Amino acid sequence: MTEHIIFYLLAFVITAFSILTVTSKRIVRSATYLLFVLLATAGLYMMLGYYFLFAVQISVYAGGIMVLFIMAIFLTHKPGKRVPIRQGWKLGSCILLSVAGVLLCGDIILNNVVGVVQYIEKKELTMQEIGTTMLGTGKQQYLLSFEMMSILLLACIVGAILIARKTKTVKNVPNETEL
Amino acid sequence: MEYTLFILLLPLTSFILLGLFGIKLSHKISGLIGTGSLLIMAQLSYVAAFSYFTTQRIDAVFQTVIPINVLWLKMGTNLHIDMGILLDPISVMMLVVISTVSLMVHIYSLGYMKGEKGFQRYYAFLSLFTFSMMGLVLSTNIFQMYIFWELVGVSSYLLIGFYYTKPSAVAAAKKAFIVTRFADMFFLIGILVLSYFTQTFDFGTLTSGDSSIFQQAISAQFLGTSALVWAMALIFIGGTGKSAMFPLHIWLPDAMEGPTPVSALIHAATMVVAGVYLVARLFPVYVLFTPEVLQGVAYVGAFTSMFAALIAMVQTDIKRVLAFSTISQIGFMMVALGVSKLEGHHGLGYMASMFHLYTHAMFKALLFLGAGSVIHAVHSNEMENMGGLRKHMPVTHLTFLIACLAIAGIPPFSGFFSKDEILSATYHFSTGMGIWMTVVAALTAFYMFRLYFSIFWGKEKQHAHTPHESPKSMTFPLVFLAIPTILGGLIPFGQFVTANRAPYAIHMNWMVAGVSVVVAVVAIFIASRLYQYPNKRTATVPTALRGFHKAASHRFYMDEVYLFITKKILFNGVSRVFAWFDRHVVDGFINGIASVTDWFSVRIRGFQSGEIQWYAWVFLFGTLLITALILFV
Amino acid sequence: MGELLINNAGVSLLVFQLVSLVMFFAGIYGFFTRRNLMMMLISVELILNASDINFVIFNRYLFPEMMDGMFFALFTIAIAACETAVAIAIIINLYRNFGNADVDNLKNMKG
Repeated sequence: MTEHIIFYLLAFVITAFSILTVTSKRIVRSATYLLFVLLATAGLYMMLGYYFLFAVQISVYAGGIMVLFIMAIFLTHKPGKRVPIRQGWKLGSCILLSVAGVLLCGDIILNNVVGVVQYIEKKELTMQEIGTTMLGTGKQQYLLSFEMMSILLLACIVGAILIARKTKTVKNVPNETEL
Repeated sequence: MEYTLFILLLPLTSFILLGLFGIKLSHKISGLIGTGSLLIMAQLSYVAAFSYFTTQRIDAVFQTVIPINVLWLKMGTNLHIDMGILLDPISVMMLVVISTVSLMVHIYSLGYMKGEKGFQRYYAFLSLFTFSMMGLVLSTNIFQMYIFWELVGVSSYLLIGFYYTKPSAVAAAKKAFIVTRFADMFFLIGILVLSYFTQTFDFGTLTSGDSSIFQQAISAQFLGTSALVWAMALIFIGGTGKSAMFPLHIWLPDAMEGPTPVSALIHAATMVVAGVYLVARLFPVYVLFTPEVLQGVAYVGAFTSMFAALIAMVQTDIKRVLAFSTISQIGFMMVALGVSKLEGHHGLGYMASMFHLYTHAMFKALLFLGAGSVIHAVHSNEMENMGGLRKHMPVTHLTFLIACLAIAGIPPFSGFFSKDEILSATYHFSTGMGIWMTVVAALTAFYMFRLYFSIFWGKEKQHAHTPHESPKSMTFPLVFLAIPTILGGLIPFGQFVTANRAPYAIHMNWMVAGVSVVVAVVAIFIASRLYQYPNKRTATVPTALRGFHKAASHRFYMDEVYLFITKKILFNGVSRVFAWFDRHVVDGFINGIASVTDWFSVRIRGFQSGEIQWYAWVFLFGTLLITALILFV
Repeated sequence: MGELLINNAGVSLLVFQLVSLVMFFAGIYGFFTRRNLMMMLISVELILNASDINFVIFNRYLFPEMMDGMFFALFTIAIAACETAVAIAIIINLYRNFGNADVDNLKNMKG
């Protein structure tokens, strides 16, 4: 029963703040609501027994990415400025499509996922187990993906620096019109 | 005799070298490459000819030698195209002719084309021509011959249009190409018909005299005659195109727009006799199975030679006179082939034709090169700008005179012997034909000496600068070619080239020879009275024969007839219908597609707005729609 | 789907799904309607997060003896971090050039 209460609490937080995130007119508030959603998601992971994932979600998502977001927002927006939402028939069409999507997918879920499925209790995943899975080369082990990810991260660091840095203005080159 | 392959490879290498890298080489070096390769090739040809004529004779009959033959294309079970080299008396003779004239022209061009823009290109094309002409005569089968036949046409086209900035040269090149292509179409159809029925392209099989392979072709009937007759007639039409027989002769006079050495090589000595060579090559088929076509060859040749001789009498451009003279002389060769039979004394015509081909190549190349030397000196093609040049250009004058005497048939020059054999052969065929050809021979003597006297005698004209003798590189070929022109007639040709390949002792027919010499001398006398010294008679003759003179000057309006047929009938009548169809139906259909597409795209281009959110919206909408359709429908 | 244990004791798979569904379409709605690039990015994060939840719960409920779903979620988080870093770099660059970070600016960059 405790489990049910915690779940519905988290579910309520996720649902409410998801909607608030995308409807809020102030961008800092949106970011904050997103933080709540991410934290509540981390709670769900803990409920399911994935403690490692829980930690990653908190540290990377709620920690790293959110800091990036907020930094970027402060760099690019004046405080308190409202960001616009599309108006008119476009807004209407988007609302309609999203609601239709929810209804269609909800219908599929309700008709296909039968009743309550209780998950099988399993002992806690140890760090050792996760480590061997991540760095092994056997079946259902992820060394290759792990390495790919490291390359991706490197590329993204280089790319981000390259894009965001200030281009130097070339000096001492006479303009053609001046010649 | 595998080394004969190098006869083909040397000019080809020279062509590739000069064609690809010529622009980087100096004039001197490229001239040396072209001429040097030709020199080696000529040596090889002479060696090949010598060893062939001395060794390949079994029981007094020359054998066919095929040193190289490789399978090139296989079509069906029996039919295949080979690439190879075939040596027999006529191909070996052609080797000597082509390599000699080509070498002389290469040397001559060193002086004639000196400093011209495109010198390297010129030598590259000359090499290409020599390669393809050699390939043509050495072909082992009719299809290989056709390939080289077309290559020869292309190089002729390139060389006629060498001065491509001159509109008349471009027009002449196009005319030559289109007319000969038109004839080649018939040639190709003929080849296809022949090979379809006989299942072979090979000359050896075709000319073996074996009638079994022609059974099908003879029994197949089309429009009242057998397929074999059709095929051989069509092949002959291909030959008339290249050899400028009436009515496909119209390209040759215009081809004189090319550089004069080219005219000497291609349009006098070698390429234009390809038609004669073709008929000679297939002669056993003609004479054994389709004598009616062979008779047609004789009549076409006889008519053309008279026709061209009449035109040559009134032309004023010296190269045009020589061009029509060439047509006339090729007519002689055709007649000789047409009246010939296979065996013994009846095969005189074949031998005479090949003999005349050989001597004609020498003296006509000499005439053209001499004319080139004159043109080089006075910078004009027109007779009226010349006159009295004998004092200024002694070597040219002397060699030109020798060639004129040879073509007129004065003993002991080479032309006398070969022409005399032809006349004997025609008298043997029928007296009418003999008289006709004797008249043509007289006309030949007349117009050649009209040309000679107009250039070297007559009233001396005022020139911008005094004409002078050409450089050594140009006079050497003249002197060299004068030698076979004088002595060529003494070769016992009957020992080497005959219809059945057995030796044949030439007997002079003194009756015929006497008549022809007398007629020629009379014609030369008349010409000298009219043109040697300035006099009043020169102007009276054209007025006396006003109608004939006008018609002949206009080449009997053949070009106008062609223009009428193409412009009035084809362009206005037939083409107009096609043009209408093309413009309204074909174009209309395409335009319709285009305008519908345009109309549609104008209406839908708003979809591609560039807004990523709109694209995502459409994507999601589509996904949901498809999901819903799968689930609920 | 093999043998499924059905009782009323635990929280069902179905409600987990519904939660992630709502999160997902909230993200989509935000992606469609916001004209600010930053807000679009936040919406994308929502979408990614919703898919993470799906991976994890399917893993837990249907194949508890494996760890594939969890690793997928892990890698998705890493990819999300990369994507955010690069996207924010681009947005900052845009802001530098245009003075704001609206998606309408991007039309000016079409050829």
